[in-house]
Amino acid sequence: MKKLILAAAAAVLLGGAAYADVIKIGVVGPFSGPFAIQGKNFKAGIDAYIATHGNKIGNDTIEVLYRDVPQADPAQSKALAQELVVKEGVQYLAGFYFTPDAMAVTPLLQQANVPLVVMNAATSAIVTKSPYVVRTSFTTWQTSAPMAKIARERGIEKAITVVSDYGPGVDAENAFKTTFEKEGGKVVESIRMPLSTNDFSPVMQRVRNSGAQAVFAFLPSGPTTLGFVKAYNENGLKEAGVQFLAPGDLTQESDLPALGDAALGILTTFHYAIAHDSPENRAFVEAARKAIGNPAELSFPSVGAYDGMHVIYKMIEATGGKQDAKKAVDAVKGLAWESPRGPVSIDPETRHITQNIYLREVAKGSDGAYYNKEIKTFEKQPDPGLAAAK
Amino acid sequence: MQVFFSIGVDALAYGMVLFIISIGLSVTMGLMRVVNLAHGAFAMIGGYIASYAARDLGLGYGFAIILAVIGTIVIAIPLERFLYRRIYGAPELTQVLMTIGITFCVIGLANYVFGPTLKTIPLPADLQGPVNLGFRTIAAHKLFAIGCGVAVALGLWFLIERTSFGVKLRASVDNTAMAASLGVRTRIVYAASFALAVGLAAFGGVIGAELLPVEPYYALRYMVTFLVVVSVGGAGSIPGALIACLLLGAIDTTGRYLVPEYGEFFFYLAVIAIVWVFPRGLLGRAK
Repeated sequence: MKKLILAAAAAVLLGGAAYADVIKIGVVGPFSGPFAIQGKNFKAGIDAYIATHGNKIGNDTIEVLYRDVPQADPAQSKALAQELVVKEGVQYLAGFYFTPDAMAVTPLLQQANVPLVVMNAATSAIVTKSPYVVRTSFTTWQTSAPMAKIARERGIEKAITVVSDYGPGVDAENAFKTTFEKEGGKVVESIRMPLSTNDFSPVMQRVRNSGAQAVFAFLPSGPTTLGFVKAYNENGLKEAGVQFLAPGDLTQESDLPALGDAALGILTTFHYAIAHDSPENRAFVEAARKAIGNPAELSFPSVGAYDGMHVIYKMIEATGGKQDAKKAVDAVKGLAWESPRGPVSIDPETRHITQNIYLREVAKGSDGAYYNKEIKTFEKQPDPGLAAAK
Repeated sequence: MQVFFSIGVDALAYGMVLFIISIGLSVTMGLMRVVNLAHGAFAMIGGYIASYAARDLGLGYGFAIILAVIGTIVIAIPLERFLYRRIYGAPELTQVLMTIGITFCVIGLANYVFGPTLKTIPLPADLQGPVNLGFRTIAAHKLFAIGCGVAVALGLWFLIERTSFGVKLRASVDNTAMAASLGVRTRIVYAASFALAVGLAAFGGVIGAELLPVEPYYALRYMVTFLVVVSVGGAGSIPGALIACLLLGAIDTTGRYLVPEYGEFFFYLAVIAIVWVFPRGLLGRAK
C-alpha cells in the first residue's frame, strides 16, 4: 500500500513538476544532538552556495528543506526521506552524515525519481546501491590509502593500526593495511578499540610494545579523539619518535583549538583543509563563516555540502527544472569544476568525486591559531575502496 | 611482570577518576534515596565553569577547581529548593523522569551557551607531560587524580562516620520523622548533603576532564558508567564505591590492554556477575 501511494505521489509530481516554479531540495542530516556541529556545517555550506550563486535558476526558485536525524538511525532517515518526497514533493535529496542513513534511502530513489547527493557519508559501497546516487564528499579509503604511501616514502617499515571498532574504522584499517603492505611495509598489529573507550593509556602501551615506527589511527571526531591524542603524548610515544598518522577526520578544524599543542606534528591525509590556499577557497570560507556564525565551528562537511549544491544546481540546469532523475544524474557524470578544495570531477562510472588528497601537518599560525598545513598533493585520486571490494 | 605493573597503574588512575565523579551519585542515591540522573550534568557544569575560568579568565588551575565547585553548588541550590525537594521519597520513576528532564535542559543550555565544540581545562605546567616511573611513563595529572581520589575517600569517610553532621545525615535518612522529632533539622541536612554531592560531581568533572572531555553530551554519555559504579559498589557506601571503581577500572583496563576486540564484554560480564551475587552491590546496605 505504502509503495502504491508513493508511486501515485511520484506520478503526480512527475506531471506537476514541469510547471512548478519552486524546486525543493530535501536535506537530511544531524541538526541536533551530539553531531549537531556536522549538520550545522551542512547548512553553512548550502547557505554559502546560495549566498554566492543566488536562489534562482532561470525562473525557478530553489527552496531547501531540512530534516533532523540526530544520530545514525536508518529507519528514521528513510521515514523522513519518504515524507520529503511524498508530502513536500522534493525533487532532490541531499545531505546524509552517516552511512547507514544514506543506505536506507537508496531503495526509494528509483521509484521516487529523485537523485540523492551524498554530502558526507563515507563508505565506498553507497554509490553502488542505486544508479541515482552521486557523492561529493570523500570515502575513508580515498583519504586513508595515500597515508600508507607517505609512510613508506618516509622510510617506515613497521606500522601498527589502531581504529575504533565500527564501519569507518574498519574501512580505514583495511585501506591503510592493504596499501601499506602493497608498498612493501608490514603492519605488525591491528587493534580495534570499542567505540566507548575513554582511557587510551592501555592502547598506547600496546603500541609502544609492538615496536612499530608509526601508528595509523582512526576514531570518530569529537571527545574520543582528544583523549586519544593526549594519551599518545602522555605515554611518551611522541618522545619515542613513533609517528602519528591518520586521515584528516581526526584533526578537523573545529577540534583543533581543544587539541592544541598536543596535535602539533600529527600527519593527516584528507581532501580538504580550511587553510587551503586558493581564491575559490578564500571566497568559500568567507561566505561559510558568515553562514555558520561562529568561525571556529567550520569544518570539512561544509565543503561537501557546498559542492553538493553545485552538483544539484547543474542537475536543475540540465533538466530545466523538470523532475527527471536519470537525466539529472547523467548530466553530472564527468562534470568537472574548481571546488574550494581544488580541482574535482564526478567519475562517470562510480558517480563518486575524484579529487586531490593532501598531506597535511598540524601547525600553529602566526596568530596563535592551529591549522592543517598542506605539504603535499596527490592529484586526481579516485576511490580505491570500490576496486578493493571487488 | 612489567605488563602487570603497567596495567595496574592505568587501572588505578582510571578507577580513581571514576570514583571521584561517581561518589557524589552514590551519596544521593544511597543516603538521600534520590535516583539523580542529572549527576553527570552537574559534573559537566563544573567542567564548563573550570574551563571558562582557566581559559577565558586566565585563572590558575586551583582557583578554577574551587570556582567550579562553588559555582555548581550555587546553580544547584535553587534546583534543590524548587525541584529536588519535591521528589525526596517519591517513587523512583518520578525521580528518574524529573532528573532526566533536568539533564536534557542542561545539555540544551550548554549547547546554546558554550557551543557544541570540546572545551579543555588547561593544566598547570607541573601536571602536564609524562612522569617516569622507571618501568614506564604516566601522565602527571593521573598521579594527581589518584591523590585526589584518596583524599576524597578519606575525607568523606571521616565526614559521614566520624562527625556529628554524619550522624545527623544517617539518622535523617534512616528515619526522617524520628530524626526531626529529636531536633535534627532534616531539611538543612538534606540540602547540605545535596550540595556535597553536587560539589563532588563538579570536582570530579574537573579532575576527570582529561579522560572524559567536557562537551554538551557529557551529561548523558558517561551516565551509564556512573550508575554501574554505584550499583556495583552498593549505593551509599564509600568503601563499596571505591572497591567497585578499582575493580571495574582493573577489569576494563586489562580487557582493553589484552583483548580490545572484545570491547566492553568483560566489563559488563563482571557487572552482571557481581550484581547477581550481591544484588545490593558489594557493600550495599539492606533497605
